[in-house]
Amino acid sequence: MALKKTIVFIFCLIPAVALIYFAVSGQLGPDAGKELVLETGEWGLRFLLLTLAITPIRTLTKSPAILRYRRMIGLYTWFYASLHLFAVLTYLLGWSWPIFVEEFAERPYMALGIIAWVLMVPLGITSNNWAQRKLKRSWKTLHQLTYLIGVLACAHFIWLVRSDFGEALLYSAILAALLAFRVVIKFQRTAALKPS
Amino acid sequence: YAKAKQGPEGFYTDETLTPYDDVASYNNFYEFGTGKGDPAKNAHALTTDPWSITIEGEVEKPGTYPLEDILSKVDLEERIYRLRCVEAWSMVVPWIGFSLADLIKQMQPTSKAKYIAFETLYRPKEMKGQRSRTSTIDYPYVEGLRMDEAMHPLTLMSVGLYGKVLPNQNGAPIRLVVPWKYGFKSIKSIVKIKFLEKEPPTTWNLLQASEYGFYANVNPDVDHPRWSQKSERRLPSGLFSPNRILTEPFNGYGEQVASLYTGMDLRKYY
Repeated sequence: MALKKTIVFIFCLIPAVALIYFAVSGQLGPDAGKELVLETGEWGLRFLLLTLAITPIRTLTKSPAILRYRRMIGLYTWFYASLHLFAVLTYLLGWSWPIFVEEFAERPYMALGIIAWVLMVPLGITSNNWAQRKLKRSWKTLHQLTYLIGVLACAHFIWLVRSDFGEALLYSAILAALLAFRVVIKFQRTAALKPS
Repeated sequence: YAKAKQGPEGFYTDETLTPYDDVASYNNFYEFGTGKGDPAKNAHALTTDPWSITIEGEVEKPGTYPLEDILSKVDLEERIYRLRCVEAWSMVVPWIGFSLADLIKQMQPTSKAKYIAFETLYRPKEMKGQRSRTSTIDYPYVEGLRMDEAMHPLTLMSVGLYGKVLPNQNGAPIRLVVPWKYGFKSIKSIVKIKFLEKEPPTTWNLLQASEYGFYANVNPDVDHPRWSQKSERRLPSGLFSPNRILTEPFNGYGEQVASLYTGMDLRKYY
């Protein structure tokens, strides 16, 4: 098991390593900062969708083994989202507090992105076994924030579209499908509990 | 091409040039895809020869002119301009071209001609982005200028850069360059020029009027609703040496062009 986990861990790290390699070898193009912002943001979203896909995959394949990787993939989502935020602060806002305040106040998509990241903080902090035991049932409720984070992240992406909705639409459709799956399962369970 | 001629102020800048490879690989030319690298990847499919430009509207000499005929009547020269994209990045490019005014004079616009409209080639077979099903742009791409803007000596029709023929991804074989306006005004691969009495529709304005005005003069005091225009990333801008500079009104060409807009509220006419 430890070996499999290590393999998944390394796989998840590949985009970050590739980005560092492209950055150091100057392959991110003339607007490297902007490119890093776009790439880290997109990887954050991909990992978020992957996190949300674990439960449906488990249900459909009826194999609980995949659940072992959910925490790691969730933490990787936070990792890529943090890199994204760091890149935005460094390359787009130049670590200027007045610019940050102005962007947060005046650009709704920016506010959505920052709120989504802030919501990930408690999830990341409580992702260990100890917190899971301590929080008991409320742990699950807390971590359902992931659904909201998904919606915020997609809205953040759609809001940035200039003329072509293709990519944003694809990610949003995947999110919608993953969330719809949970609604359907919930309805089925409720129906099964009712006396016939 | 003829060696650069000395011209009035504003025709040259001694700022560091953006390298050729960056100018030719980092483009916004949505006809070939919306990614910055897409045009360089896809624009080879474009046939630029033969090429002609149709002249229409309030003009004494309408007609369809082969590009060679147009170029045989003008003197090409090199001009080094700053190019400021509405997305807050900028470049310094050595263009080869001629003043649009020289072409306009040949066509003899009538007294009714108050505006000039341009149109990009529409050829979905060769232009991948025009085939996109999820694009909200209604092709062909159209742009326009007021006649006094079009006649300004800084307004350039470009056929090359860095002493070479214009790469397809940069708008071959002939494009507009208006250095004091955001890049999207500088329409690429032009096939039609119309002389009009009224202000023509323009592509980005049609798409999102609150974000892209008809004038689109570079203005650090009027933000794009989704990002600030106060500063820009002068390319190349590396990860370890970000090149952020403050944006100048009229992209630094205020001395030459501000008088065109005397009495106009530039917050309203952005």
